[in-house]
Amino acid sequence: MQWETVIGLEVHLQLATASKIFSGSPTTFGAEPNTQASAVDLAMPGMLPVLNEQAVRYAVMFGLGIDAEIGLRSVFDRKNYFYPDLPKGYQISQFAEPIVGRGHFEIQLEDGSTRQIGITRAHLEEDAGKSLHEDFHGMSGIDLNRAGTPLLEIVSEPDIRSAEEAVAYLKALHSLVTYLGISDGNMAEGSMRCDVNISLRPRGHEEFGTRAEIKNVNSFRFVEKAIRHEIERQSDILEDGGKVVQETRLYDPDKDETRPMRSKEVANDYRYFPEPDLLPVIIDTSYVEAIRETLPELPTAKRHRFAEQYGLSAYDAGVLADSRALGDYYEAAVAACGDAKIAANWVQVELLGQLNRSDLELGDCPVSAPDLGGLIARILDNSISGKIAKQVFEAMWAGEGTADEIIAAKGLKQVSDSGALEAMVDEVIAANPGQVEQYRAADEGKRKKLIGFFVGQIMKASKGQANPQMVNSLLAEKLD
Amino acid sequence: MAIEQDEIEKIAELARIRVDAAQAADLTRRLGDILAMVDQLQAADTADVEPMAHPLDATQCLRADRVTEENRREAFQAIAPAVEDGLYLVPKVIE
Repeated sequence: MQWETVIGLEVHLQLATASKIFSGSPTTFGAEPNTQASAVDLAMPGMLPVLNEQAVRYAVMFGLGIDAEIGLRSVFDRKNYFYPDLPKGYQISQFAEPIVGRGHFEIQLEDGSTRQIGITRAHLEEDAGKSLHEDFHGMSGIDLNRAGTPLLEIVSEPDIRSAEEAVAYLKALHSLVTYLGISDGNMAEGSMRCDVNISLRPRGHEEFGTRAEIKNVNSFRFVEKAIRHEIERQSDILEDGGKVVQETRLYDPDKDETRPMRSKEVANDYRYFPEPDLLPVIIDTSYVEAIRETLPELPTAKRHRFAEQYGLSAYDAGVLADSRALGDYYEAAVAACGDAKIAANWVQVELLGQLNRSDLELGDCPVSAPDLGGLIARILDNSISGKIAKQVFEAMWAGEGTADEIIAAKGLKQVSDSGALEAMVDEVIAANPGQVEQYRAADEGKRKKLIGFFVGQIMKASKGQANPQMVNSLLAEKLD
Repeated sequence: MAIEQDEIEKIAELARIRVDAAQAADLTRRLGDILAMVDQLQAADTADVEPMAHPLDATQCLRADRVTEENRREAFQAIAPAVEDGLYLVPKVIE
């Protein structure tokens, strides 16, 4: 049987506010346990939540970024369950009336093709604390620093059809939220956590199969692996005539498998009801429109503009528009050198390659965009060859100066002086009479190959600085 | 809308309230009476009435995103039953 995979993703995005969603505690990552947990976060009796305006603003920004209906009236609810890292015994969330309604955005796959993925909703809620299960004399340790951190839960439509698309979705989402500046998107620190709903159905069927939910998958790579594993597990069950059980599973990256997580006695029954401690949140269209004015150009728009304005392939445009900083860097380099395609190549191959090898972020890059543009300009005006340019780039990376300074200091300027080149050509011809004879005796086809020998000798003699086009034409002239 | 005793037992478990069989039977009867009253309310025509999210006719005030709380861990942990390395200790939870 041919199975079709149906995937929906729930992403918990930590919003980049300074303080928590309902209290004035800081949200800084990595503080000493419980030093950022106030009376509100600890659920001390009599404490009341007060909503953080910035969290509302960020949620609206996200909604505008996915072209969604914004909930001008949204309501907080209590989601009830008991767990020690949830001191109130309920999480304040939004259920029936979320702040962001239905929207959509475009994802780009490795081959440059694109797809629209629907977003069902996005709602504001508070994060829970952290439980540490190492042995504290048979007890568990609770750190409530994270309790009350603002989250935006983003629920996708079941529009995703493969592990590859799921990863592309997460990357596009990551790109969008970091462009908007509403989250740092740091997956390693838990700023973007993902639950995967996945089911299989016979290809061509409309009706969904029974789904399993995989909780808390925290890197792009694990999402891909967890989905591949789960597809295999469910198709094995279905091929054997079995039934997939609706359950929550946990991905174990060490064993590369998923296994059931919650026992049925805690069957999800959250008994949502409106949070009496918070009033309905009302925002007006002027508030929303004022926020719309502040939005930057978003990744999809930038990608399309790059392809059109600079004549880049869909793939190249996608890479360069992936982050706002990289897009800005690229455009500054283009402005400095005037050639969008060569700049695209240099940014993607040399710059990103070197950043990757040095394990640096673009923000720490030692070569500025105008300086890279300056280097490319020297290739374009034939001062240096592409090969020498790489050498200059290495020196720029090492902090030896701008391209012009390095070219001058190291005497790397390409020899385009026809007198000097002619002398070199004469010298090489005189030193290799055998090869000259062979060349003269050869037919047109073989000559093309044999001339390479002379070019090589001249490049060697000039330490790679001879202008290759001029060398070729001088040789052809002298040898024929 | 009637309620069964096993529903009462389930809700009690979810709420972590210990209810024995005799109490459960009594609660089933009493909650059943309340639900009967709710049924009566349900008979009212509410087609033109907006659902109420809050009894107060007001909207939520928002606060500016500023850190206003200081670290008061010592004071909070002084009244906790068990702490270690800055953590609150609780009976072991196994996922």
